[in-house]
Amino acid sequence: MNHTSDRFIDNSRAALANPVLQAALANLKRGFPINRAEVVADLPEFEELRNVARDIKDHTLDHLDVYLEIYERNVRASGGKVHWARNAKEARDTIMRICRDAGARTVTKGKSMVVEEIGLNEALDASEIRRVETDLGEYIIQLRDEPPSHIIVPAVHVTKEEIGDAFREAHEGLDPTRALSEPADITAEARTRLREAYFSAEVGITGANFLVAESGSSIIVTNEGNGDLTQTLARTHVVVASLEKIVPTMEDAFAILRLLARSSTGQEFSVYTSVSNGPKRSDDLDGPKAYHVVLVDNGRSSMLGTNQQDMLRCIQCAACINHCPVYSAVGGHAYGWIYPGPMGAVLTPSLTNIAASAHLPNASTFCGQCEQVCPMKIPLIKMMRHHRNSAHQQGHGGKVSKFALFFWSYFAGRPALYRTLTGIGVGVLAALAIGRGRLKSLPLVGGWTANRDLPAPEGGTFLTRYRRGER
Amino acid sequence: MSETRDVILSTIRQSLRRGPIYGEARAALEERIRSHPRHLIPSRAGQPPAALIDLFIAKARAASTSVVEVSDRGEIPQAVMDYLANENLPARLVQAPGLHDLDWAAAPTVEVRMGAAEKADEASLSKGLAGVAETGTLLLVSGPENPTTLNFVPPTHLVVLFRNDVVPAYEDAWDLLRVNGTNPRSANFITGPSRTGDIEQKIQIGVHGPLRLHLILVGR
Amino acid sequence: MKQIGPEPGTVPPIRVGLFVTCLVDFFRPSVGFATIKLLEQAGCKVEVPEIQTCCGQPAYNSGDPATARAVVLAWLDAFQDFDHVVVPSGSCGGMLSHHVPELFADDPVNGPRAKRLSERTHELTEFLVDVLRADLVPVHRGGAVTYHDSCAGLRELGVKQQPRGLLAKVRGLELHEMAEPEVCCGFGGTFCVKYSDISNAMVTNKIRDAEASGGDTVLAGDLGCLLNMAGKASREGSPLAFRHVAEALAGVDDIPPIAGTGVRQ
Repeated sequence: MNHTSDRFIDNSRAALANPVLQAALANLKRGFPINRAEVVADLPEFEELRNVARDIKDHTLDHLDVYLEIYERNVRASGGKVHWARNAKEARDTIMRICRDAGARTVTKGKSMVVEEIGLNEALDASEIRRVETDLGEYIIQLRDEPPSHIIVPAVHVTKEEIGDAFREAHEGLDPTRALSEPADITAEARTRLREAYFSAEVGITGANFLVAESGSSIIVTNEGNGDLTQTLARTHVVVASLEKIVPTMEDAFAILRLLARSSTGQEFSVYTSVSNGPKRSDDLDGPKAYHVVLVDNGRSSMLGTNQQDMLRCIQCAACINHCPVYSAVGGHAYGWIYPGPMGAVLTPSLTNIAASAHLPNASTFCGQCEQVCPMKIPLIKMMRHHRNSAHQQGHGGKVSKFALFFWSYFAGRPALYRTLTGIGVGVLAALAIGRGRLKSLPLVGGWTANRDLPAPEGGTFLTRYRRGER
Repeated sequence: MSETRDVILSTIRQSLRRGPIYGEARAALEERIRSHPRHLIPSRAGQPPAALIDLFIAKARAASTSVVEVSDRGEIPQAVMDYLANENLPARLVQAPGLHDLDWAAAPTVEVRMGAAEKADEASLSKGLAGVAETGTLLLVSGPENPTTLNFVPPTHLVVLFRNDVVPAYEDAWDLLRVNGTNPRSANFITGPSRTGDIEQKIQIGVHGPLRLHLILVGR
Repeated sequence: MKQIGPEPGTVPPIRVGLFVTCLVDFFRPSVGFATIKLLEQAGCKVEVPEIQTCCGQPAYNSGDPATARAVVLAWLDAFQDFDHVVVPSGSCGGMLSHHVPELFADDPVNGPRAKRLSERTHELTEFLVDVLRADLVPVHRGGAVTYHDSCAGLRELGVKQQPRGLLAKVRGLELHEMAEPEVCCGFGGTFCVKYSDISNAMVTNKIRDAEASGGDTVLAGDLGCLLNMAGKASREGSPLAFRHVAEALAGVDDIPPIAGTGVRQ
């Protein structure tokens, strides 16, 4: 997908000026965080479980090679096949080959962020294969030809009227008198249409919330049941997962699952937590005949051992996104790549490059709400700061701010000079603000005075007045 | 492909600044898997059996699962018939082969087919392996006795669960599978009917999976 | 006036170095004087080293740790002999007490020095309540206020109940909690200039919540947040007044608030 993180400022201006998006974002803020707070309060062990979950993932990442080997061995034992992909292109090529070998004309897809990341949608759409998104939100944005704007509610920015319009345009033979004005009508229409796809698809592609080394299992977590229909009804099931989805045992997965839905949508447990082990058994009456896992690296193995390793603990619950005041102001598209909010501000520079995405880790007040709610205790602020350091070292900090920083550090390091200068500054500002107590515009800080006044200094610096004996 | 695999594994080791793990260290990791130690289990799962059943039912209902209790398996067909009638649903269903010994004589109006679900099926009846009290979650496991499609395809899903199979926590449910030594193709933890909040974040029940999840809890 | 600290002449008083912060120095000296008053009333001997500028946070958060270290070294030199360093800011306090040790983690000489001083560095209300367990000298300061929890103080230092507990003892003062007092006001240091439009959206929400709280004066423990909120309220013509929590606790009323009148039309 197009990477427009370098246009973050323009993107965010457009988002702030979009009243439909602003209404949706206000709605989001009133939903998930409130539900989360309720279920967290109802589980006294929640804080301790965060430590447990962090330790499980840290242990796993420190031994990632071993657990991947064990996982692969157990997938094979249950009759599945494991494919490894170093980058997005290898992953796409592998999946396209599996689809063609399976004679795919229709492919159904569950929601998967790594599948977005590797650009599989574009590859499928450029081929003869029909792609059908089955997560309702993903289906909506597929019809509208848009990227997701949130990692768990991808169509959060779309109104029901817009969805109704998209359905009318795309659904052939839809009765023009049929009501599509309410969510229930839209849901019923989607149910009918997608049912056709589930039963006709040759290949069903899903992501995975966990891969379990112990049993070679893939686990998906959904509320709609779309992932289950995708992976159960197609002849071939393809699981696409990034390396860090692995955990050693089912006990490890359950410990983290206790945090996932609570942190994400504020449910105690998602409706469907489904464990898959290989293709259908000889006496099974249903299930896929073939089971493939595509393990995607795409930069993650190089994050290990660096100051970005902790990000590989992420379970993509979106708690950081749901609680981020910056996300809440501009929405997901402004971030310009697949992963928005704080987790995107950390992950995008690691998986792409800092030059194109330097805005993301910088566009944060470091307020810390993200860290406070992260179930995996990822030190998001520290990691954004690491990215800021890289951006600064590589000269992506912006010329004006670099100059300002130099200017500031010169005086901050020279207390006497600093005192003289601040004394003059206070005098100048006070003169400019005389009689009003505030300044409506000021050179160099136009970003401030565009939207706010600058309160005038009280008069005289503290240090000068203190030295004169004032108390 | 194996070359790609080796490149990825060796990159991982390089990044972690070590070589492959052999010997005792490797054995310790294999042992962690073999013994699969439990982590912290919420205290709500540690209640006495009667309270656990109450918790299970309350949590299931909170997740929009409807629950009816019957005293023995002989009462299941009647409970199914009553439920379908109350919901104004056709008296037809597809039943898990594992429930083949149900005597439908008590519910003669219900038309029963045995097998996996098909597109046109309107209701299904399957058997839960376990009920997890901590969140009112059902565990259903695939196999010739209990096809997975029954759980997802028909708009109405009825599940038979025996009271003795209500366990405190997810780990206890999974241990039932380990004891059996089975590694089924699919294990589904289900907590309520299908739902979505994808349209303006208004919760809609029944988007792709069942619109109704009805639990028949059997035993005294 | 009641003496709250140890009996005079029994134990030497606690020697506190006041790190006043660059924003207070420049914009709002009365916060510095209020802080001295509160600390002295609690029995401390307060000194203000002249060699102080900034906590280094602008550089630290802009990806320039080398410059931040240079600035912090000056702080280390100026304050290392005090029993405690007190800062009327959660943000600068968080920088000096939490981030400084990390900044010098690889420095065998300054690392241990930094760690020792950071451990003795506190945000004002946290110091008064958690370290001194001080009972403030009762003041009267009437009026309805609302309190904004500044992010760094709240999440890095756990400053939440301390200012509220102290405010509860101010006679005549009523605290009206706003919706979402813990949500960021959009200041964020250079953020508010670099990402001005987003910052504006955030501070707009904050002013709306503060206005709806029923309080006439917004209190906070950080001047950055206060200038941001006051500047926005002033531009919008809001009657809200803004003061640092130290001013409210010290009963300062001879200096006008940072913006606004606190009088609703």
